Amino acid sequence: MTTKTTKTTKKIDEATIRFAGDSGDGMQLTGTQFTNTTAILGNDLSTFPDYPAEIRAPQGTLSGVSGFQIHFGNRKIHTPGDSCDLLVAMNAAALKMSLSSLVKGGSIIANTDGFSEKNLKLAGYTDNPLKDGSLFDYQIFEVDITKLTEIALQDLNLSGKHVDRSKNFFALGMMYWMYNRPIEPTLKWLQSKFSGKPDIMEANIRVLKAGWNFGETTEILKVNYEVAPAKLTPGTYRNITGNQAAAWGLIAAANKAKLGLFLGSYPITPASDILHELAQYKNFGVKTFQAEDEIAGVTSAIGASFAGDLAVTTTSGPGLALKTEALGLAVMVELPLVVINVQRGGPSTGLPTKTEQADLFQALYGRNGEAHIPVLAASTPSDCFAMAFEACRLAIKYMTPVILLTDGYLGNGSEPWRIPESAGFPDISPKFPAASEAFLPYSRDEKTLARPWATAGIPGLEHRIGGLEKQDLTGEVSYDPLNHELMTKLRSEKIQRIAEDIPPALLEGEPSGDVLVIGWGSTYGAIKTAVLRQQLKGHKVSFLHLRYIRPFPKNLSGIFPQFKNFLVPEINLGQLLMVLRAEFLIPAVGLNKVQGLPFRAEEIEMKIEEMLSSEL
Amino acid sequence: MIKIDELLKQTTSTPTVKYTVKDFQSDQDVRWCPGCGDYSILAQVQRIMPDLGIPHHKIVFISGIGCSSRFPYYMNTYGFHSIHGRATAIASGVKLANPDLSVWVVTGDGDGLSIGGNHLIHLLRRNIDLNVLLFNNQIYGLTKGQYSPTSEKGKITKSTPYGSIDYPFNPISLALGASTTFAARSMDRDPKHLQGILKRAAGHRGTSFVEIYQNCNVFNDGAFSQFTEKETKDDTVLFLEHGKPLVFGKERNKGIRLNGFTPEAVSLSEGKYSVSDLLVHDETDTTLAGILAEMTYKNSLPRPLGVFLSIERPTYEEEMMRQIEFAKEKRGIGNIDRLLRSGETWVIK
Repeated sequence: MTTKTTKTTKKIDEATIRFAGDSGDGMQLTGTQFTNTTAILGNDLSTFPDYPAEIRAPQGTLSGVSGFQIHFGNRKIHTPGDSCDLLVAMNAAALKMSLSSLVKGGSIIANTDGFSEKNLKLAGYTDNPLKDGSLFDYQIFEVDITKLTEIALQDLNLSGKHVDRSKNFFALGMMYWMYNRPIEPTLKWLQSKFSGKPDIMEANIRVLKAGWNFGETTEILKVNYEVAPAKLTPGTYRNITGNQAAAWGLIAAANKAKLGLFLGSYPITPASDILHELAQYKNFGVKTFQAEDEIAGVTSAIGASFAGDLAVTTTSGPGLALKTEALGLAVMVELPLVVINVQRGGPSTGLPTKTEQADLFQALYGRNGEAHIPVLAASTPSDCFAMAFEACRLAIKYMTPVILLTDGYLGNGSEPWRIPESAGFPDISPKFPAASEAFLPYSRDEKTLARPWATAGIPGLEHRIGGLEKQDLTGEVSYDPLNHELMTKLRSEKIQRIAEDIPPALLEGEPSGDVLVIGWGSTYGAIKTAVLRQQLKGHKVSFLHLRYIRPFPKNLSGIFPQFKNFLVPEINLGQLLMVLRAEFLIPAVGLNKVQGLPFRAEEIEMKIEEMLSSEL
Repeated sequence: MIKIDELLKQTTSTPTVKYTVKDFQSDQDVRWCPGCGDYSILAQVQRIMPDLGIPHHKIVFISGIGCSSRFPYYMNTYGFHSIHGRATAIASGVKLANPDLSVWVVTGDGDGLSIGGNHLIHLLRRNIDLNVLLFNNQIYGLTKGQYSPTSEKGKITKSTPYGSIDYPFNPISLALGASTTFAARSMDRDPKHLQGILKRAAGHRGTSFVEIYQNCNVFNDGAFSQFTEKETKDDTVLFLEHGKPLVFGKERNKGIRLNGFTPEAVSLSEGKYSVSDLLVHDETDTTLAGILAEMTYKNSLPRPLGVFLSIERPTYEEEMMRQIEFAKEKRGIGNIDRLLRSGETWVIK
């Protein structure tokens, strides 16, 4: 297909578009398809799926709006975009909910069928915004997507429901035309997805093509865009979400360690996709155990660890709360265990589908007694792979539970990922003790302080463990006061020693300056973008993003004295902030947002500039 | 330090040794109250272990919290004294990670039926090949005497000075309701019977649920004395035996017959009923097991002891391993580099 000469193609460096519709409209699928095609084309990208907790909220209502934003370009892309350039609004509610994220002068493609009197009323509009002039700041393109879909399918004898369900592919086809993307990857996907349902496959293919053709022929759309491939490091790439990356990181670690992988998990948004993903890979010997509750999820994993599997439990905030007591047990019995918390808005049930970073305190401190657990945090969707692998490495080497924090924004968000070679993965070689008369289950490795992993079934090492305090070396139950203090210190020291085994924190920017921005987790992209812009303006701003929070990398104490001011942006009320202030006595200030939404880079920039101006 | 593969080789080449009771006794001092029923249960478990023919490194005892949960410390096997109520879930993980192990859960009426009730019922429906020994003393012992989920209604304890208003669980009915494939009941004061039941449980493929009446001589002394004491036992206990009519009584002159769906005790010496009128026990009949279990709190009926139900159903771990083998056959053994490159990829030069 070629573009007609009557239309012009503009070359642009980057674009952000948002698909918004009813939660039954297939916006997540549409966004994912657009993302995969864009990735294959070689653009760098970042995505932000934003959907309601209700599976099918009442049709046409504001609470039922599901959105998918993608930011792509011919250069490095760090965030899904502060705001979008183009909005596809499948109905009035989608327009109302998304308008604030559209730049002034941006384009709206509105499905006019979704602006019926009923739709307008459900969205709380008294007049049709497409007609009443209220959108004068934007370019509106009215397209009756529903009607055009019906026309494309009129001879296929499909039910009204199936016709209606195809209309997202019309929007997708139009967007492919708009941004000069090939439709072939989606055609290929449709052919394999619906190979057993030829009529549905045919319908979706027709509608996709109709959307593309409409873009090419319609008088209303006069310009389309071309975004050249990004200059990325050479290699083989794929698109990956954080949850998929985490699952694969676990498989890779088990593979490297030559251990069975056991996942004990209870379904919870937004972590369930890790369970779904792992359940597919039984050919790797992966055992997924959908437990009866969160507690059985973690305790079955502790049991599996006792019997020699690499054991994992995955959850989100409320689930981590339920696992609290068992984590203390894992600390006491010193068995390897990986806990992945895909954080969501809290407290309690909170905002299940929205993102937040407010479980840091829970991860660090949420247990009875002195129960220190290493805490890691992934910074981008693909980083979930590396950090899940790293969590496994540390858990096994140090015989400890490890908590990896990701969040809904990372778990569901995606980005292109240069695929690593397994030969380059860090070493994980669990050592199992050999039988000996004088076996001491709580003897320790001199360097790591790890105790031996005598897995149930090894002859000659029969021993008993449990949650009661252990006598040093023998592991027998002990109520001796001095022994308790010794064991408490040993358990804590073991975790501190991990600092010797992790990479230094990467300082991005000059080694000294006016402001050091310190972040962790999914705020990486927004902070990076903000800091880069500030650096381009000539400001002395550097950036430190922490992937290890307990223990902290060793080089922090050397970096901090070189800066005058410290800014800690977090999607919480200042949790890392408090830890940093307590541990390093630095006068750090927070930038805090708890709206269930990620930071926009400009929010961080404004704060940096405010700090710089008060500095002058 | 050696690698796990070498150890497994060692494991499989271990010659069959004849074990004795001593091999299963750990070096720890047993610390239950003097006179506690747990001593007898421990002795019977240690007594039958050598007969199972399983080397002690392949046996794991797992417990939660409570008096009975000290049990693993006294067994010279692998052991895990875990947290309150979770032994069943931990044991599930142990068995799934290494289905070769013989895994035993020791729990109590509080640990297994109150805080751990959820894990217990789900274990039973999954039919993971574990042996669950539930020591039922109808009281909370370790916390010094509060009523438990099996305490009789009206029980006066420290936490119920006006009498408990909770209706008690009948553990066997609960297990049957949760689709167990094996349910049995025995008691601390009948060593022979207990040994027999323990061996049956060990031999059953799938979850074996064994309720063991256990006397807490400090906080609930004599709770089961009418069933355990010589003078009354014959008239108050009905020993279930597969294929045999349900006869009881000192003179073996009483029996159980069905009146509609309701069991009733009848006399065999009055000429009205003979043995041929009595119910014949069938361990494979789930309906019958339910009827017998329901006799439990009926004062007019003897208390059934023995195997209520023993049926075959595929175990969870068998099905899990079958799926893993199927996936390996169908998709080939997993290769991580292939996985990372599966689906859509593209090359940047």
